Amino acid sequence: MAKRIVIDPITRIEGHLRIEVELGEDGMVRDAYSSGTMVRGLETIINGRDPREAWVFAQRVCGVCTTVHAFASIRSVEDALGIVIPPAANLIRNLMIAQQYVHDHVMHFYHLHALDWVDVVSCLKADPAATSALQQKISPWPNSSPGYFADVQKKIQAVVDSGQLSIFANAYWGHPAYKLPPEVNLMAVAHYLEALDWQARATKIHIIFGGKNPHPNFVVGGVPMPIDLDSDTALNAERLSIIDDSIKEIQAFVDQVYLPDVLAIAPFYKDYAGIGGGLGNFLTWGEFPSGDIRDLKTLMVPRVAILGGDLNNLIEPDPNDASMMQEFIAHSWYQYQGGDQIGLHPWQGETTFNFTGPEAPYEQLNVEGKYSWLKAPRWNNTPMEVGPLARVLAMYATGHAQTKELVDLTLKTLDAPASALISTLGRTAARAIETKVFSDALRTTYDDLVTRIKAGDTKTFNSEKWEPISWPASAKGFGFMEAPRGALGHWIVIENGKTANYQMVVPTTWNATPRDPQGQLGAYESSLIGTPMAKPEWPLEILRTIHSFDPCMACAIHLTDAGGEDLGDVAVGLSVCGV
Amino acid sequence: MADETIYQYLQREGVSRRQFLKICGALAVTLGISEASPLLAAGLTRPTSPTRLVAEALASKPRVPVMWLNFQDCTGCTEALTRSLSPTLTDLVLNKITIDYHETLSAASGVQADENKRMMMETYAGQYLLVVEGSVPTGANGNYCTIGGRTAVDLLQEAAAGAAAVIATGNCAAFGGIPMAQPNPTGAVPAYQLITDKPVAHIPGCPAIPEAFTGTLVNFLVFGKLPELDDLNRPITFYGTTVHDRCLRRPFYEAGKFANSFDDEGARKGWCLYKLGCKGPTTYNACAGIKWGGGLSFPIQSGHPCLGCSEPNFWDNGGFYQGQSAPIGRPTLTAAGVALAAGAVIGVANAGVNRLQKRHADTDEETTESLSG
Repeated sequence: MAKRIVIDPITRIEGHLRIEVELGEDGMVRDAYSSGTMVRGLETIINGRDPREAWVFAQRVCGVCTTVHAFASIRSVEDALGIVIPPAANLIRNLMIAQQYVHDHVMHFYHLHALDWVDVVSCLKADPAATSALQQKISPWPNSSPGYFADVQKKIQAVVDSGQLSIFANAYWGHPAYKLPPEVNLMAVAHYLEALDWQARATKIHIIFGGKNPHPNFVVGGVPMPIDLDSDTALNAERLSIIDDSIKEIQAFVDQVYLPDVLAIAPFYKDYAGIGGGLGNFLTWGEFPSGDIRDLKTLMVPRVAILGGDLNNLIEPDPNDASMMQEFIAHSWYQYQGGDQIGLHPWQGETTFNFTGPEAPYEQLNVEGKYSWLKAPRWNNTPMEVGPLARVLAMYATGHAQTKELVDLTLKTLDAPASALISTLGRTAARAIETKVFSDALRTTYDDLVTRIKAGDTKTFNSEKWEPISWPASAKGFGFMEAPRGALGHWIVIENGKTANYQMVVPTTWNATPRDPQGQLGAYESSLIGTPMAKPEWPLEILRTIHSFDPCMACAIHLTDAGGEDLGDVAVGLSVCGV
Repeated sequence: MADETIYQYLQREGVSRRQFLKICGALAVTLGISEASPLLAAGLTRPTSPTRLVAEALASKPRVPVMWLNFQDCTGCTEALTRSLSPTLTDLVLNKITIDYHETLSAASGVQADENKRMMMETYAGQYLLVVEGSVPTGANGNYCTIGGRTAVDLLQEAAAGAAAVIATGNCAAFGGIPMAQPNPTGAVPAYQLITDKPVAHIPGCPAIPEAFTGTLVNFLVFGKLPELDDLNRPITFYGTTVHDRCLRRPFYEAGKFANSFDDEGARKGWCLYKLGCKGPTTYNACAGIKWGGGLSFPIQSGHPCLGCSEPNFWDNGGFYQGQSAPIGRPTLTAAGVALAAGAVIGVANAGVNRLQKRHADTDEETTESLSG
């Protein structure tokens, strides 16, 4: 008899995720169900509004991966209206995107994921001198003295002794699946605290160009901030020097703390190179255009689909192909006019709430029926994984030299074959690898920007299509962004100067999707199958794999549309979305 | 050791008396009960009375348990909190209070997280601080947001019943925010509409300025009560003046010099963004004073008009790029929601202000033309 285990709330993520698994008598997960349990209806709210303002609304989809929906949105409008942004504006956007990756990934690793691998209480048994020796062996990071680690230990001891463990309370300390020696635990806990301080300073690029973070400001046609070396309210030498310093600080933390930590911790968890692989199908839309974004050849992260882990047969997916890019709702709390079995391309999509779940309070979802506020996106009827692992595989397969070097180094450290990348551990390693690549891209992008300014190329805004009177009566566009959590697409239809339809298909919707009409499992669900659980009432192993995807549930669920009519408990709409 | 005071706790962590007074000095500044003094903040001078006030309070109070509930949110206000840049303050917030329930930060998940919450509701009944992030959906019997199989409405009311005080952080929790924007598909409401037996302090913003939140939190920590609130339940320390009042572009507004487009001559020279849609004149928030990232910048400084993101219903107050279409005047809270007080009077005042602004704008066109010509 299988045992049902429910984890809700899944913590250390963005938003509201519920996981139900069936545990076999052998102690392994034999079935899994992923459910998003909160919905707001953001597309409904965007519809009918000024397309130039859509980014403001879309950005509020998520405050953790802040900026990503703003970028996808302004790119969708620029695609629809044929707007080409000035080269300096493109470089400034690339700086903001790269900073977002690095900030988000470091915070994910230390504050959302590390405690799956690091036993905080165990660090009290560590020898500070041995910890110091370890730190000095793996990295030149200056916070490495025995006294420093003794102080960190004292801080944790005080928390434990107080009996008020705060965010560390009642967790899984002492679980048999924790494998790190006390010294590695202590080093990691020290970096957990350091990363919290570091990340507060690592958003300066967003604050300079966007005025704040989270939710910096953008503009369709370029960037809001002008460049003028003789002005105190534009990008000038003082602002540039702050950015220059910030990039140095960001790179130092990635090079000397994050990457060495991942490489030091991973070898203790080599079993997780064989757990959590999941689908083996991967999708990217691409990122970091060096020129006009319409020219896919200028993208540093290429646009590819990978099927069955086969890196020799890369496919270029077309996001606007209605027969390939579809969303299903057989197990989602929505209804389509054409019934529950069909799939719809986002441009033909419908979003009509249809909550059929158990009335709260409930103990268990009815997984035979509908069980999530997420739709089920599929490419060519196939569930796909998106995210850092997809991007690293895409860059690896297309010969990106630095990526190849870092992947090879990781595999050598783990003494594992390339196939080990498609795993829980591989996903976590891929995030660190791309963080290194993108933090180095910050430096080269900054240098390119300075070169451009020196050459007098300081235009940051293309005003030609700003006024709606200059727009065609109808237009439609696709905007993409490789968000930290994976491939993100926004589709917009503009009619008579207003947003007629707005749709988002979001990374976590791909990864956390429920089943489709064919019963195919999504990335989360399939990756949990076969996971061994040493102590099922403490579901640490499940958290490891789920966190390796870095869930973002607010992103994954939005929906409904403007034409919607309130029918009591069922909200009706005819739009789409990435749900 | 649950009864030990904050000072005793800090001593056990190895914090010296001098460091302790330094923290107290910084807190006094944050609380607005002392003028900023670099010497004091550095712990290099004898404590003045505001510092002593804070010191005495911290020496006699135990660490305050905090429960943080996320509902229809984007976690942006949690993210903002982690960016609070005043070092001693960050240290205090993250280490010296006890956050016993926070879904984004808590190590424990599922049953174990829920046990933490139940335990704090029993052990600290009437003593814990409840922070709410996100609006609460009332449509579909509350099933648009469930956690652990229970609705957000249910969870909020249960948690609020035993709270000593409630802080709603961000526009969604305070005023309904984006989920409540038209046509409000899920029947979202702000926290105060479901909590009727005690005041809810509002820290609006999208997201809230981190120091406005931590400053309010620290006020509770030190004095055991919420700071003085205005008629929208916002702390007057942070929401007493408009963004326009302290804007660095204000002199250009007075002089009638306006940017007409992004990246034009006026934009490059730092002229007023009123004609690009700036909502600074009707937005009560500390953006132009405290700024973001430790004083590094704020939206208007970085070239974008203010969106008015700390005001009630800012999503539906007219276009973000339309010159000042938001109503001028201070709204008030009603049982049914936020409403403009004395609409007729404000309408008159509004028209007057608009006329004044139009005159500035008209003047500006001539000015710009003469400059560019």
